[in-house]
Amino acid sequence: MFLSELLASSLRMAVPILLTALGAVFTERAGVVNIGLEGMMIVGSFWGALGSYYYGPYFGLLLAMAAGMFLALIHAVNTVTFRVDQIVSGVAINILAYGSCRFLSQAIFKMATTSPHVAGLPKIDIPVLAGIEFLKPLVSGVSPIIILALLLVPLTRFVINRTVFGLRLRSVGENPLAADTLGINVFRMKYAGVLLSGMLAGLSGAYLALEHTGMYVEGMTQGQGFIALAAMIFGNWEPAGALWAALLFGFSEALSFRVVEGGAIPYQFIKMIPYVLTLAVLAGVVRKSTPPAADGIPYERGMK
Amino acid sequence: MDKAVVLRGITKRFPGIVANDGITLEIEKGEVHAIVGENGAGKSTLMKILAGIYQPDEGEIYIFGKRERITSPGRAIELKIGMVHQHFMLVNRFTVLENIILGAEKRAGMVIDEQKCRKVIGELLSLYNFSLDPDARVEEISVGQAQRVEILKVLYRGADILVLDEPTAVLAPQEVKELFANLRRLKEEGKTIIFISHKLDEVLEIADRITVLRRGRVVGTVVPSRVTKEELARMMVGKPVFMKLEKTPVPAGDVLLSVKDLVVRENTGKPAVNGVSLEIRGGEIYGIAGIEGNGQKELAEAIIGLRKTSSGQVTICGRTATGLSIREIRDLGVAFIPEDRHRQGLVLPMKVWENMILGYHRKKEFLKKPSLNLKTAREFTEKRVKEYSVRLSSIDQSIDGLSGGNQQKVILGRELSRDPRVIIASQPTRGLDVGAAEFVHEELLKKREEGKAILLISADLEEVLSLSDRVGVMYNGRITAEFRPEEVTPEDVGVYMLGGGVKAGEGA
Repeated sequence: MFLSELLASSLRMAVPILLTALGAVFTERAGVVNIGLEGMMIVGSFWGALGSYYYGPYFGLLLAMAAGMFLALIHAVNTVTFRVDQIVSGVAINILAYGSCRFLSQAIFKMATTSPHVAGLPKIDIPVLAGIEFLKPLVSGVSPIIILALLLVPLTRFVINRTVFGLRLRSVGENPLAADTLGINVFRMKYAGVLLSGMLAGLSGAYLALEHTGMYVEGMTQGQGFIALAAMIFGNWEPAGALWAALLFGFSEALSFRVVEGGAIPYQFIKMIPYVLTLAVLAGVVRKSTPPAADGIPYERGMK
Repeated sequence: MDKAVVLRGITKRFPGIVANDGITLEIEKGEVHAIVGENGAGKSTLMKILAGIYQPDEGEIYIFGKRERITSPGRAIELKIGMVHQHFMLVNRFTVLENIILGAEKRAGMVIDEQKCRKVIGELLSLYNFSLDPDARVEEISVGQAQRVEILKVLYRGADILVLDEPTAVLAPQEVKELFANLRRLKEEGKTIIFISHKLDEVLEIADRITVLRRGRVVGTVVPSRVTKEELARMMVGKPVFMKLEKTPVPAGDVLLSVKDLVVRENTGKPAVNGVSLEIRGGEIYGIAGIEGNGQKELAEAIIGLRKTSSGQVTICGRTATGLSIREIRDLGVAFIPEDRHRQGLVLPMKVWENMILGYHRKKEFLKKPSLNLKTAREFTEKRVKEYSVRLSSIDQSIDGLSGGNQQKVILGRELSRDPRVIIASQPTRGLDVGAAEFVHEELLKKREEGKAILLISADLEEVLSLSDRVGVMYNGRITAEFRPEEVTPEDVGVYMLGGGVKAGEGA
């Protein structure tokens, strides 16, 4: 029972990282680094809660994705159209997200840091499997977003590898000049990649607010947007890789909760585990993975 | 029958220069038409106009008899004009197939119809007798094969007019032969080929007609059977050109540069230089031939200290140089002419005089502590500018305003005027026109006579063979053969450039 509960908890922790990491795959394969994903998760969590508060959880999800895409649009205009440094734009977006949510929370909910309790999506029991006692924590009362996130892994993989859109998206991240000479609209593909990342990060934020805590809390993303970037890199810019990496990070978070209860090691050290793991991954594994060749480099027509 | 391409009075101006000045040209259907000229003669501009990348300021273009405006690369393809770029426009991480179909995918809805793509490409491969594996990744295939991918890309899009921009610049002699065989096959199938080059031997071999450009104008159109190489060169340059370099025998001095079992790794950990040993004596030019990317660049960078060596030893003038800093190595008397002068040799936004003392700015004569001694620095620059006849308006102008040849002269002035004992010259004439290249060659030969040890790395086989006393061929990080240039033909060397007599790996 402990094991399956731990696994279920890992999965729940992994989902926001996974969704955002899949978004990161889209944007980075198109050659745009997006560290604003954290901010897009923040607005997702706030607008998700706001939407759910007034019109129910489904509207909350839509609003969260729209909010994430709106910030992504700003990032795309900055970095693709005006070729602003991608890191600088991402940082600005994170600050904007944080500040705007605090302001709106105060204005709407009369509380700067939390929203009232909001409704989540109806939970699902997976038929047949839910009857097995051992699997119960994993397959009963599951959020539909968890299932959606898992389905998105093969779907993303298919889109990237097998469709015309995916081939063109990848070409733009690898060699935009070559793509341009073949008549591919480099800017449009980059916009598409960035917007998709914003949508998924927004969804991920909504998952945190609606499914995890049942309310918006300031700082609830806890840097998971950055951890998702690390997971995407750890997963070598592949959706399946991102899944395994997200599970690893989710597991480390779930584990940190369980170990706290034991109390042998000071609480603060245990809480560090996911972040230390992120640093270790970035320092150790990243050297062996290969980013898209033109990742992070703004494209300009007539560039040599 | 309508001509494939007719250009009338094409003029294209850029700030400060007229790149194409009233060019009129007719290209027959089904011919191989070569366009030759020096760098800056306007060849590339003209081709970019045909490819829809530039718009002409004046003039008319007729394609298969119809007046057209080629407003974009996409429009060029619609008109069945396909461009094979000098610098490959390929996605290295993609397979050959993905590269060919990109942007023109056969599709079933939103999904790529791979079977159909495969079938079309298979038919092209067998029709034109190309050897290529559609599933190989481009980063793993040879340069010659990559070029075939480029050609296939335009054929797949239905091009009838193929424009090849300096296609042989990166190929070994054997690969050139294969390319020419491919081109003849294309011609048999009725394709029109426009072949841009400055290599006269090749043009004389493959072309049906040759048009010579000079300073943006057409000098004339000739038939290869009625013209000699010397006459062509004269048309190109505008004055007689001496095709042979004078090389006097120089007694060999001490060993000044010695490299022993050198191993240098790429950033990925793969060895780029894999156990290279060589010795160069004073008064000797040691040339390294080879297709680019076989470790030549890493070898040069390891010797000068830009790149860490994994094992092996570099000895300069009897002193161990392995592990020394770049400054210490330079102080041993090493001059370095880097292959990419924009990234390594110069700081482009800086002034000419600043670039002239760059790296030597710590020398006593340029210092008036705590600042630079502007007077001596400027005097030094003025002197070098005169000596190397650098054309500029002022030594205070920023160096990116100078032509490539004049930029290279600044580097030569800086590197060669401090009496170095060892000279590492990496692609020293890349991108230079005939006149400037000749100047660089003469300088190197002069240094040889002065008893310097010179390591010459060049992708231009002709250059290596005409300047060097000994030639080593680098393949896959090793020196696989060593010759005296007078004992071999370019074809002999080419065999080793492709991996040592075995063409099996090429599969053709």
